[in-house]
Amino acid sequence: MLVRTLTAGTFTALVAVMAAGVAQARDQIQIAGSSTVLPFANIAAEQFGKTFSGKFKTPIVESGGSSAGLKNFCGGIGEKTIDIANSSRKIRPNEIEECKKNGVAEIQEIRIGYDGIVFASSTKGGTFVLEPKHVYLAVAAQVPVKGALAPNPYTNWKQIDAKLPDQPIQLFIPGEKHGTREVFEEKVLEAGCHDFPEIKALTDAKAKANACKAVRKDGLSVDIDGDYTETLARIQRTPTAIGVFGLSFYEQNKDKIKVATVSGIEPTIDTIASGKYPVSRPLYFYVKKAHLSVIPGLKEYVEFFLSDKIVGDEGMATDKGLIPMPTPERTKMRADFGKGALVN
Amino acid sequence: MTDSALPMTVADSATSAPRKLVLDKKRVRSRYAAERRFRAYGIAAIAFGLFFLAWLFVTLILQGYGALQQSKMRLDVTLDAATVAPGGQVDDNALRTADYTALLRTALRTTLGVGSDRGERRDAYALLSNGADTELRNRVLADPSLIGKTVSVWVSAAADVDTLIKGQISRDLPENQRRLNDRQIAWTDKLVADGRLEKRFNTALFVNGASSDPEQAGMGVAIIGSLYMMLVVLLTALPVGVAAAVYLEEFAPRNRWTDLIEVNINNLAAVPSIVFGLLGLAIFLNFFGMPRSAPVVGGLVLALMTLPVVIIATRASIKAVPPSIREAALGVGASKMQVITHHVVPLALPGILTGTIIGMARALGETAPLLLIGMVAFVVATPATPFDPATALPVQIYMWAGASERAFVERTSAAILILLVFLIVMNAAAVVLRRRFERRW
Repeated sequence: MLVRTLTAGTFTALVAVMAAGVAQARDQIQIAGSSTVLPFANIAAEQFGKTFSGKFKTPIVESGGSSAGLKNFCGGIGEKTIDIANSSRKIRPNEIEECKKNGVAEIQEIRIGYDGIVFASSTKGGTFVLEPKHVYLAVAAQVPVKGALAPNPYTNWKQIDAKLPDQPIQLFIPGEKHGTREVFEEKVLEAGCHDFPEIKALTDAKAKANACKAVRKDGLSVDIDGDYTETLARIQRTPTAIGVFGLSFYEQNKDKIKVATVSGIEPTIDTIASGKYPVSRPLYFYVKKAHLSVIPGLKEYVEFFLSDKIVGDEGMATDKGLIPMPTPERTKMRADFGKGALVN
Repeated sequence: MTDSALPMTVADSATSAPRKLVLDKKRVRSRYAAERRFRAYGIAAIAFGLFFLAWLFVTLILQGYGALQQSKMRLDVTLDAATVAPGGQVDDNALRTADYTALLRTALRTTLGVGSDRGERRDAYALLSNGADTELRNRVLADPSLIGKTVSVWVSAAADVDTLIKGQISRDLPENQRRLNDRQIAWTDKLVADGRLEKRFNTALFVNGASSDPEQAGMGVAIIGSLYMMLVVLLTALPVGVAAAVYLEEFAPRNRWTDLIEVNINNLAAVPSIVFGLLGLAIFLNFFGMPRSAPVVGGLVLALMTLPVVIIATRASIKAVPPSIREAALGVGASKMQVITHHVVPLALPGILTGTIIGMARALGETAPLLLIGMVAFVVATPATPFDPATALPVQIYMWAGASERAFVERTSAAILILLVFLIVMNAAAVVLRRRFERRW
């Protein structure tokens, strides 16, 4: 009897589950993507739920990375797919193609602000006054030595520049899968390498990019595939090391790490917002236009996210470390969304 | 090899040369020494394991117990009728949307004696949790008669204040390395001295959903999500697994096909859990169109993962039922079906349940298969049914471990302790079931 009841029970349960799954209409916004945007999306979602309490449900924000989020986003349209993809980089042309192929023809791009990327070291170590070229010379696999590219000979910061502390070189940089790595390569390594005549002499664009971006593999520069918490733990173990962090992470852990200036500018919300501090990147999210009229609260969520309460100069996301856009840019972003401007 | 050379064991070999029957003392001593060493290795292995277990527990408890308490602030809030219920309207909507933050801020300003300087005000407001308004709102919603009165309420202080009071951030650091400036620390000390700021039990940790503010973040959604998932696992994996095992053990003929099935079940038990996540994404989400982030889908995925374990455990315990029981039942005229449902399965039940519970305990700790079906997510609202979005206990641990705020460090440890309590309860249930119902022949 036991077996019969149990089996019958299971089948009924399974059928009920399938039926309910198909029949249920979605009334909750679903978001996925970048872990850099996650804290800001979280606060926007939480406050949205609070503000529209009783009217709209609090959106669900999944983590998992920009690429995974956009892939999911481009999987198709309809209730079963997510509405918004958070991204710490611009959507790539091949992703737009993929989206189009699956019926996601109309995508709206929303820039929410900027993310500052900082170099920080233990409060117990020396103070760093960095230039992009210092980082390049410390990190690259091949560096210019006496007119030709040679395997990186530097092991101490002092050898690179007398102004730098007498400390062995040890860097923790974001791993290849991180969006931060791209910014690090573009704004630091490439910016640092272009002035050397040896690099200028390279005519082939590919060889040039390789010479700038290839990272040494002798253990003095370590790729961190985990999050900033891991970088922080490594720095506490090795007080002479430098790590790459987001500005917000640094601000929460000021008692343990201190920040290095880049090209003489200290990273703060103001210097990054004004563009004086060189290492920053815009943060985005992408919305399916087709969903705006279908998913309750989606339009309101985007408008709420762009409001001064969240991304303004004293907004709640700004309190968590988002670098706000200048007011004209913010106004334009809102207008573009209102007009329904599309990514093409 | 020395064993075979012993005089007593070779007594039967007539061909070999006669040996001394008197024991060689040196040899005996070395054999005893070898045995002592062997025992010592065993003890060392256990000590090694226990050392790390103790290390884990001690660090977790030391780091995590602080999260059981949260700093709360007592404020005398005047629930001004004009702000809470403008125009005398005491309806649900007005009460929900009223500006409680303003009321709390006014109360805080009066308590601290803050003037009109904007910087000073901003510093003072930073002492208050972002979620304090919700706490006050819930109080008013529960008892609208409070409107118009001045009430003394305990609301959460900001996480920075909490970490300062718990001593997780040193006050001796230079001002620019601290989250709180000198003025804010002086206010905090004043509040503590006045008895307006103290550590109280952190109910939010067990009840609330996810939040960006550590002081408002809780495991509530994760606990309920995990419970729903375990329920789904129990309701699907147990009956399906038992049915499969009973058929394979009692009815199926022994041939190449059943051998193939058996090998595959054993292999499935060892498949990495992420594979089941991919399967769940393809079948439950894409094909059946079930909702994302729902515990029911997570439960089905984990059930698939647990199924081989249940089948293997069930088959083993059915095999352990002595054939004499079956034969006796058949002998008094029971049908095959009666033999199974009246005798074999009930007798095998303790083993089946133990296997299932241990399989479920493993499933409880999984995050990888949940990633692809959208359960690694920030979920604020408590799920009412298994179809509403939720997260799971290990997912919450993972998400807190990556958060930048210092106050999440102790919460991560506390969350791990909560997960461990769940696991201990489940394993204890398995032990109790076995002890109570197991029969030996």
